[in-house]
Amino acid sequence: MGYPYSHDLETVTLLSRHFGDEKARTLAGWKELGGYASLPKALEMEPGEITEVVKNSGLRGRGGAGFPTGVKWSFMPQEPTGPHYLCCNADESEPGAFKDREILRWVPHLLIEGCLIAARAIRAEHVYIYVRGEFFPFSAILRDSVVEAYEGGYVGEDILGSGWNCDVTVHLGAGAYIAGEETGLMSSLMGGRAEPWIKPPFPAQSGAFGRPSTVNNVETLAAVPMIVAEGADWYRQWGTEKSPGTKLWCCSGHLERPGTYELPMGVNLRDVIYEVCGGAPNGRKIKAVIPGGSSTAMLTADELDCSGCYEGMAAAGSSLGTASPIVMNEDTNIVQAMRRIAQFYAHESCGQCVQCREGTSWTARILHRIEEGEGTVADLDTLYHLCEQMTGRTICPLADSVVFPLLSSLDKFRDEYEALIKR
Amino acid sequence: MTDTGDQVKKPLHPAAASSQPFQVADIRPVERLFDDEEGRDRLEKVLSRYPEKRAALLPMLGYAQERNGWVSDQSMEEVAAALDLTPAYVRSVATFYTMYNKHPVGRHLIQVCTCISCHLDEAEEVFERFLSETGTRAGEISEDGKFTVIEAECLGACGFATAVQVNDRYFENVSPDQVPAILDELD
Repeated sequence: MGYPYSHDLETVTLLSRHFGDEKARTLAGWKELGGYASLPKALEMEPGEITEVVKNSGLRGRGGAGFPTGVKWSFMPQEPTGPHYLCCNADESEPGAFKDREILRWVPHLLIEGCLIAARAIRAEHVYIYVRGEFFPFSAILRDSVVEAYEGGYVGEDILGSGWNCDVTVHLGAGAYIAGEETGLMSSLMGGRAEPWIKPPFPAQSGAFGRPSTVNNVETLAAVPMIVAEGADWYRQWGTEKSPGTKLWCCSGHLERPGTYELPMGVNLRDVIYEVCGGAPNGRKIKAVIPGGSSTAMLTADELDCSGCYEGMAAAGSSLGTASPIVMNEDTNIVQAMRRIAQFYAHESCGQCVQCREGTSWTARILHRIEEGEGTVADLDTLYHLCEQMTGRTICPLADSVVFPLLSSLDKFRDEYEALIKR
Repeated sequence: MTDTGDQVKKPLHPAAASSQPFQVADIRPVERLFDDEEGRDRLEKVLSRYPEKRAALLPMLGYAQERNGWVSDQSMEEVAAALDLTPAYVRSVATFYTMYNKHPVGRHLIQVCTCISCHLDEAEEVFERFLSETGTRAGEISEDGKFTVIEAECLGACGFATAVQVNDRYFENVSPDQVPAILDELD
């Protein structure tokens, strides 16, 4: 099923089965629905065994980068010399993405269980769930669930009589997109400006509070309990060889039925847009789709026949990102839409790197003047030059995030830019 | 509309101390943050969750705003003193984050998402309608002290455009016509 709509395509409900069901929000209701069944099993496993199962399942990070989760966990020291930390990234802020909030508000205990199992795998003693500040209604549900889990003996000291201790704290951000970047998140968690740092040191060496740490996305961690319960092969029955499992697709923009839908990895993007979401309303045609959240390359309506998985979207010249297609119909002014996207990144640049601080804001300003009919042909060259300067030269990928949609829009919709310039 | 996170009645669990909504209508202004039991209790519970004092900075700036409706210079100084930080450092952090109000705002802070997905809907029209209905310009407090309207970057509700956040509540699928009814609901 999806939320708030259902669809007729292949139905797999691993994460979304209980979306919309109030019962899943309470500890008692969640246990009735079969919750917290994986944790006892994980408590009997060695940390290395849990990591091995997740590695074999092929689960990849759902925050956008798609790094194999089990491999990430295996970077953590096997012989702790002090505390380890797990940071759950619930700073969902990428324009187009609204999947993690559905997990936070509908199945909070699934996330908590996933956090605990992951914490055991990486030998962490404390889990910090960093939720974006704006998500008050959803973080409140999660917060109350964490308290319930403490009271039920699932979190805290001597969890389920195993002798293992692990704390969980819900930590609120305060309005900074860049806190969703893993080192930015840890900078923020430690009471700083959410400024990313250059790696190395990698989080597994020196992360939160200078200790080995792992940062995982909400959707990644929510998949962990069922993988541990059912096994790696079970999880691999969905998806592709390189991208196993299911993915929450959050679809927005000009669509008949926008919303969050769980689909197997490798689903055809065109089917997601037309079959699941019903295409554009009012019989309008679709002009462009930004498939993975606003930081991915635009596809034209003719380029939608691609496999919705990490390798498939890369082959199509874009990226799966957070699987958050933003759909634009034929009436959309691409330059204006691109200006709006650039404005976001200009606003959210942390300001450490010149290429990003200056590049994003100049991009927004140049796009604005083209939109207003005051652009020149030289502006297009300047935009290409800015793209070159902003690619791969900064501490974190925020600047690159503007380049992907911008370059693709310049290449694929150059006529729209030129029409505004010639006007 | 989504349900809001109301304050829990029982004593605050330490695990929940860093996740209290800090943009609320029922502010209870205090002269000094840590002169009363509530303030000291919050500080202690938040500190108990982290290996370093500095990590309590965001939660405590949030607490200042939860009580006073905004984060004043005095609050920053008090938080700095409580956490052994300099006021300058605290200010550098507070000003990095958009959700800490560095000036007082109306009791209802209305944030209209105008980012890409809401922009593709009718976000600009919704925003203009909120401004005209409240008789304010962006960021101003309305004459009755009730409203401040601002634009927000992505609120993470892209499938439910246009998204509007009012304090700790979300209003979704908002069209310009619904603006007067939303304002009527807010007292």
